[in-house]
Amino acid sequence: MLRLDKVNKYYRVGTHSLHVLRDVELEVADGEFVAIMGASGSGKSTLLNILGILDDYDSGEYWLGDTLIRSLSEAKAANYRNRFIGFVFQSFNLLPFKTALENVALPLYYQGVTRRKRNQIATQYLERVGLRDWAEHLPSEMSGGQKQRVAIARSLIGKPRLILADEPTGALDSETSKQIMDLLSEIHRTGITVLVVTHDPEVAIRTQRTIRLRDGKVVGAHEASLSNPGMPVAVP
Amino acid sequence: MLDLDKWKEIWATLRSNRLRTFLTAFGVFWGIVMLMAMLGFGSSIQAGSKQQMKGMATNLLFVWGQQTTESFDGLPPGRQVRFNTDDIEILRRLPSIEHLAPRLQLGGWMNNFTVSYESKNGTFTVMADYPELRHIIAFEYEAGRFINERDIAEQRKIAVIGKAVREQLFGDTDPIGKYIKISGVYFQVVGVTKTLRGGQMGDRDANTLFVPFTTLKTAFKMGDRVGFFAMTAKPGTDGPELERQVREALARHHRIAPDDGLAIGSFNMFVMFSKFQTFFFVLALVSWIVGGATLLAGVIGVSNIMLITVKERTKEIGVRKALGATPLSIVSMVMKESIALTAIAGLTGVAAGVGLLAMAEAILSSMPDSPLGPPNVGLGTVLKAVAVLVTAGGIAGIMPASHAASIKPIEALRAE
Repeated sequence: MLRLDKVNKYYRVGTHSLHVLRDVELEVADGEFVAIMGASGSGKSTLLNILGILDDYDSGEYWLGDTLIRSLSEAKAANYRNRFIGFVFQSFNLLPFKTALENVALPLYYQGVTRRKRNQIATQYLERVGLRDWAEHLPSEMSGGQKQRVAIARSLIGKPRLILADEPTGALDSETSKQIMDLLSEIHRTGITVLVVTHDPEVAIRTQRTIRLRDGKVVGAHEASLSNPGMPVAVP
Repeated sequence: MLDLDKWKEIWATLRSNRLRTFLTAFGVFWGIVMLMAMLGFGSSIQAGSKQQMKGMATNLLFVWGQQTTESFDGLPPGRQVRFNTDDIEILRRLPSIEHLAPRLQLGGWMNNFTVSYESKNGTFTVMADYPELRHIIAFEYEAGRFINERDIAEQRKIAVIGKAVREQLFGDTDPIGKYIKISGVYFQVVGVTKTLRGGQMGDRDANTLFVPFTTLKTAFKMGDRVGFFAMTAKPGTDGPELERQVREALARHHRIAPDDGLAIGSFNMFVMFSKFQTFFFVLALVSWIVGGATLLAGVIGVSNIMLITVKERTKEIGVRKALGATPLSIVSMVMKESIALTAIAGLTGVAAGVGLLAMAEAILSSMPDSPLGPPNVGLGTVLKAVAVLVTAGGIAGIMPASHAASIKPIEALRAE
């Protein structure tokens, strides 16, 4: 599915250069459910940005499927994001002035799908996350869990091969968190690769494998993680 | 551009910031209303002046005698210059003159006379004229005719009266063939004029009686005096050149110093006309500059607000980009918002402007004597203004749009 080969990333701060990712080696197979863990400052957000083609890297190679993702034009990056990747964010990032349905339909807008068609598809996805009756509601009228369900429906509508979730339960209580993780597991079972960035062991334990980052380096990536020793390295 | 779906998207954004959208739009709205009001006012003044000058030749020259200011040929300064019938012959010899109309007013310039018919009377201007006056001031006739050559030759006691004279002395009676009394002398009415001129000039025409030049001279013992000359230049002769020739001929005859410009008064329609044209050009220019500047201020407002909007929507734009929005689609979104905002506001302004001008026209048409004519901003001008608006909206969108396109989704999403 995706492979990082000796990926390095620097941030330039004035005259200094901050080495954020150091020779990151990483491989995620098709259909895997993986957690990326690490303390704040460990470089996990940067890693997620690179995986999501939201940011470029300085050296190494990032392969998404058969495509080398490197120094893409913004338009091309946007196109790949739109077709291959679904994003789920900690703070949901729904557009506040759009209804749940319109939010879900938004990626299809950028694919040039007609309004009628995309609303029809968006309704199906809202139904899938159990929010069909909330289609015409604005995000401000919904609970955190509902908002995240809408966001997940939105991440799925473009039929991506990879879901990137950045602390998807970070703003939710434990009961709601559990429901969201149930939903992500369910998505994983449909064959979509899911990558979750988290610092919550409760979340990581629900995945098949945990990749740990420390000071920009991957530690124990190819071993079964401590928190879920019994889980196999996924081959669906 | 005709993608309804995209416009729905734009409308949703503009609607979500109603107050701001309204305030921004108002700047543009006001700019275009100002521009249209000013252009309308300009055209109104222009139409008014045209109305006043309607029926008058544009290559017209009037000359009259004043006082000399320099001694010449042994004569002292301060001498009154009086034109006489010899001047008629002198001027008729000038090749540049097309039509010459010597004129004399009974009682002198700006004096009115009591004219009566049976028991009714009124105070009017009495002018002694030649048939050539027709070429100076174009009249239409309610009834009858103007003075002709036989009237002049036979010194007939006939009069052509203005509309106001007819109304006051005759009411509903047909005036043709009736005798009116001017200062004790009877004249037969042979025609009633209907002026083409508007405003003050039209009023004056309506209150004037015309009698044959030669009749007035003998009937009122005016000697060989000529009050003033009205004339038109032959085609191809310009106004200033004609005036120079006329002044030279008259100065020689009346022994006036060649450089004594004040001895002979003149009104040169040609010069007046070109002054008018310059005036209207400047007026239109000022309208466009002031209106355009107001509009520009409105457009800068739009640009500013769009920029603020884009900054506020950093996160939204970041989300859109993460979901697959290309930089081009972001640029096009912001530009279209800007153009839509400017165009909607501008078109509302155009509608308000048209309404305002229609109102002004209704008010002005109820005041026939107003020096202002109907305001008229042509469709072409309106369309030009709309084109300017759309372009302006696009220009206003450039900076905010390029800023929006440069937003990095990671920075946008980090702003939590």
